[in-house]
Amino acid sequence: MNTPAKQTPLHAAHIASGARMVDFAGWDMPVNYGSQIEEHHAVRRDAGMFDVSHMLALDLAGPDATSFLRNLLANDVSKLKDAGKALYSCMLNEQGGVIDDLIVYRFSDADYRIVVNAGTADKDVAWMRKRIATIAANVTLQARRDLAMIAVQGPRAIERAQAALPELSTSRGIPSPFSGVRAGDLLIARTGYTGEDGLEIAVPASRVEAMWNALLAAGVKPCGLGARDTLRLEAGMNLYGQDMDDGVSPLNAGLSWTVDLKDPERDFVGRAALDANPGTQRLLGLVLEDKGVLRSHMKVFSAAGEGETTSGSFSPTLEKSVAFARMPLATAAGEEVEVEVRGKRLKARTVKLPFVRNGQILV
Amino acid sequence: MSKVPAELKYTKSHEWIRAEADGTLTIGVTDHAQEALGDVVFLELPEAGRNLSAGEACAVIESVKAASDIYAPVAGEVIANNQDVADAPESVNADAYGAWLFKLKPANPDDVGALMDAAGYEAEIAQA
Repeated sequence: MNTPAKQTPLHAAHIASGARMVDFAGWDMPVNYGSQIEEHHAVRRDAGMFDVSHMLALDLAGPDATSFLRNLLANDVSKLKDAGKALYSCMLNEQGGVIDDLIVYRFSDADYRIVVNAGTADKDVAWMRKRIATIAANVTLQARRDLAMIAVQGPRAIERAQAALPELSTSRGIPSPFSGVRAGDLLIARTGYTGEDGLEIAVPASRVEAMWNALLAAGVKPCGLGARDTLRLEAGMNLYGQDMDDGVSPLNAGLSWTVDLKDPERDFVGRAALDANPGTQRLLGLVLEDKGVLRSHMKVFSAAGEGETTSGSFSPTLEKSVAFARMPLATAAGEEVEVEVRGKRLKARTVKLPFVRNGQILV
Repeated sequence: MSKVPAELKYTKSHEWIRAEADGTLTIGVTDHAQEALGDVVFLELPEAGRNLSAGEACAVIESVKAASDIYAPVAGEVIANNQDVADAPESVNADAYGAWLFKLKPANPDDVGALMDAAGYEAEIAQA
């Protein structure tokens, strides 16, 4: 308690743009710059940008980098064939719980970039160093707090970013979806957390404010953590600490698709626990049909049994409340269920995630 | 800076109260409250005829971010609620002092005088 909140290199830029700041995982971050709903719509319809410098970039290099990651992660980096290709993965503990979810970019078998969540960064680095020591991997792990990161997201994100940033002006500067390219000391990645096209750009901290201001001048709207949360919720993307954590199996958190069991020889951390404990729950979307707002930790009653919401909010795109719910395996999409909201039972419908992708409502 | 109109009364829980000429009270949430809540997306208002005790949680305001209770500033009977605002919750963000939520007939007219004035409320939110 009372340790001063950390500031990203864009802190002054946020204040200049009228940000309302909140504490997030020990960082003083913008929650909105006025209206969270307007910021949300900007990303769905045009282009918005987020300061994601609180997340930690790590460089992993060395002859054992690939074999180390094949042991460390539940998804398999050996499926990354092209240089720069990215992979979303959980990093599990021995009990099969999720230590963190992360993105890893492969540049070569001996050269990877990993991006982890802010709130788990210290824990993640400690775990990775412990694993390096345990299996005596010949790798180096370097935390890159010298870098800042901006996510530019939306149907016009790339067009506006190209207008703003000379590094992107050639088509060679734009990577293919779910890949990253290095351009000088930048890493430009076609990834994000909104369900829209866009870029995540890692840049030396000393140059990030100039980049932010250039994007601002090109019409990219600053967006805070509030919009980031409703965008990722609509896009069906899990939030660490809310939809899964150290005590939750990825198999019960809608993340089975990220657990790669194809290679029987690949003994990644947590595999034995997952083999012994198959999933017993599934993650479904809920669309509230009555009036109200769904939040996390609300009880859900379905024909097949009870479940619980893990994330919930108001969806600006659907103009209804939506949630993720961890439900019994037998609960199907398209069922009518009831949710206990502030002492009342409200009607909701289960749907397959995501709710929205590339500006289109899918439910 | 949040607006704090001088002619209104206030509570620590961020309701504003306007004493009308006919002795009834019009109640809403303050500009400071709407700023802190962010975009308001849902309101549940008390029905006319309901009797409230002072400090009773009687309405719910939900923003994208969170749900908050609204409390009766004094004891009294609800005589109206603002369905227009319930149908357009964003009007609380646009004009917190225009978007009244409900009207009360106070059980004891003298209770109103004991509520915080604008200077007291400004001091209250400056501390927070």
